[in-house]
Amino acid sequence: MTQGTQSIHRETFVLNLGPQHPATHGVLRIKLTMDGEYIEDAEPVIGYGHRMQEKMGENRSYAKYLPNTARLDYVAAMFNTHGYVCAVERLAGIAVPERAEFIRVITAELNRVASHLLWVGAFLVDLGGFTPLLYTFDDREQILDLLEATTGARLTFCYYRFGGVCNDIDDDFVAGTRKFIAHLRSRMPMYHAFITKNIIFRKRCEEIAVISAETCRKFGATGPVIRGSGVAYDVRKLEPYSVYPRFNFNVPVYPEGDCMARYRVRMDEIEESLRILEQALDQLPGGPVMAEKVPRILKPAKGDCYFNVESARGTFGVRLVSDGTDKAYRLKLRSPCFSNLSLFQECSRGLLLPDALALLGSLDLVIPDIDR
Amino acid sequence: MIPQEIIWEVVRLTLYVVGLIAFAAFNAAYLSLAERKVPALFQLRYGPKEVGPYGLLQPVADGLKLMSKQLLVQDGTDVFLFKLAPVMVIVPAVMCLAVIPFSETVSARNISLGLLAVFSFSSVHVLGTMLGGWASYNKYASIAAARVVAQNIAYEIPLLLVVVALVMATHTCNLHEIVDQQAGAFWHWNVFRFQVSPLMPVSFLLFFICMLAEANRAPFDMYEAESELVAGAFTEYSGMGFGLFFIAEYANIVVGCSMATVLFLGGWHCPFGLLPGLHWFLIKLYVLCFCVIWVRWSFPRTQFYTLLNLSWKLLIPLAFINLVLTAVMLKIFG
Repeated sequence: MTQGTQSIHRETFVLNLGPQHPATHGVLRIKLTMDGEYIEDAEPVIGYGHRMQEKMGENRSYAKYLPNTARLDYVAAMFNTHGYVCAVERLAGIAVPERAEFIRVITAELNRVASHLLWVGAFLVDLGGFTPLLYTFDDREQILDLLEATTGARLTFCYYRFGGVCNDIDDDFVAGTRKFIAHLRSRMPMYHAFITKNIIFRKRCEEIAVISAETCRKFGATGPVIRGSGVAYDVRKLEPYSVYPRFNFNVPVYPEGDCMARYRVRMDEIEESLRILEQALDQLPGGPVMAEKVPRILKPAKGDCYFNVESARGTFGVRLVSDGTDKAYRLKLRSPCFSNLSLFQECSRGLLLPDALALLGSLDLVIPDIDR
Repeated sequence: MIPQEIIWEVVRLTLYVVGLIAFAAFNAAYLSLAERKVPALFQLRYGPKEVGPYGLLQPVADGLKLMSKQLLVQDGTDVFLFKLAPVMVIVPAVMCLAVIPFSETVSARNISLGLLAVFSFSSVHVLGTMLGGWASYNKYASIAAARVVAQNIAYEIPLLLVVVALVMATHTCNLHEIVDQQAGAFWHWNVFRFQVSPLMPVSFLLFFICMLAEANRAPFDMYEAESELVAGAFTEYSGMGFGLFFIAEYANIVVGCSMATVLFLGGWHCPFGLLPGLHWFLIKLYVLCFCVIWVRWSFPRTQFYTLLNLSWKLLIPLAFINLVLTAVMLKIFG
């Protein structure tokens, strides 16, 4: 071999994406091994925001830990609280009044819509389009206003309590939610016209970063990611909890597995959530919103339980082990983002940098939910 | 003894160059304000409104901030190239402005190969951006530097092919003469000269797209893809180093839009054949600048390979068809 040909060998370099990078939406670091602009290997480095959430759940009482759950996935805080509250209720055998269940479903679905709206905006920013973010935030703002009036918080809700919810909803909330449903329905065609049909957006999403159903299963991906790969996995349908079985809604599934499929799943889910909201408001029963005689200091009997809910990002699971004291013996949180991120390494191989970032955006990661 | 005319010519040119630099800087300042105010209109927000009435003094505040900041040079940087790059980006843009006729009388230099001068100068800023990215000793900036070269080569070809077809039709490279041929109402403009080539509006569109890509504007802002490359080639630049790149970006937009005005939209001529003058040139120029801003805030960014595919597989063949068609039409009817 001559000197010339020897020097033209393939050379890779390491590119640190993050922990401070516009596309990682938080303190996520990805160690990319790049061959030019192609990704050879991507190693997510997580834990910058680790707060020992599980340990905290084990050394303070159940009620004191409750506000922490909203700090996991702060974009869709209702679901974390929902999962934790339901697990504790199952462990302690607390029955929740029907009205409270309805209110939980209504607020959770509103939170899902808010979370998906934020995602659409943030995803477009990842793709370089800044304008949609401000429109989706405008719509999301209305949800936050509604929830603020009832729960007192705009982001880190601590609204659900063991045995119900802390405040009853009033007529203003019901009327406001109905108004919002009509408003968002009138806005969806606009989003589809400007985003879904945009030729550049479609070029950047269609057939980009295809994830197979098999890969999703292997890494435990859930939520819109697995539904975008053609698997109709939704906890609300498969292991119904709360009052979800009473509502008529579909689980949007797209078999393509590309970024566009994941986008479409979320857009359809917004509309399905609006349907659930409408039905829940129509069927809303009267009565108390809090179970009677819930002890101030919970001491569930010895036991072990697991409860999972369908969060905006996938399956959020809580495993609680009680040893009969006022603190949990073991708390394990199954966060959807952690599993969804874990497939990034396999799926980003061979992708170009912008496409990998489209994939990263389409996974809808909330980093504190991964780091816990 | 130096003849008096030469002294006057030097004085005149110096004044023009100072004026053009001021024009470029002023445009950068107020186009950057427009870049924040116009999308604010699209995006349900106000944009800057605190500094001065309606935020009109915002660019002054921004400029002062940039000027008062240090140009940080980190270890490993090629200091000479790093500091040279912003100058290499801004100078060609000002040189282009020197040749462009803003009106019958307002023009720094009326040279017979004005068209050639503009396109030769406008190719230089690619080199500046590339050197800046390369000298920064930053991986993101290096990726951006590689992108900027590939992109600009890909888009210079259709741009020049369109211009060659135009030169064939106008028989001149003198920008004054090109504008003079378009005197009269808007159907005399080159963009509507169907007797030369029925593809004239298409070639205007080609020119506009290539101009966007040449000026590295969204949706082709590959070298500054902030969600991928942080700040692309400018990642390591701070203070006025960044400021010069910033001014040059807008100066390039002004040059591109001015060329579109001169070549296709009748320069300083009124669309209705009345009162030609500088004001018409500026109106056309800023309408085009508005479109550039409009496009940026309406579309996501393209991928790099889509960008190159668009150029090599669509724009260049289209430009060739336009060229051949123009030649045939000129041979038959000309």
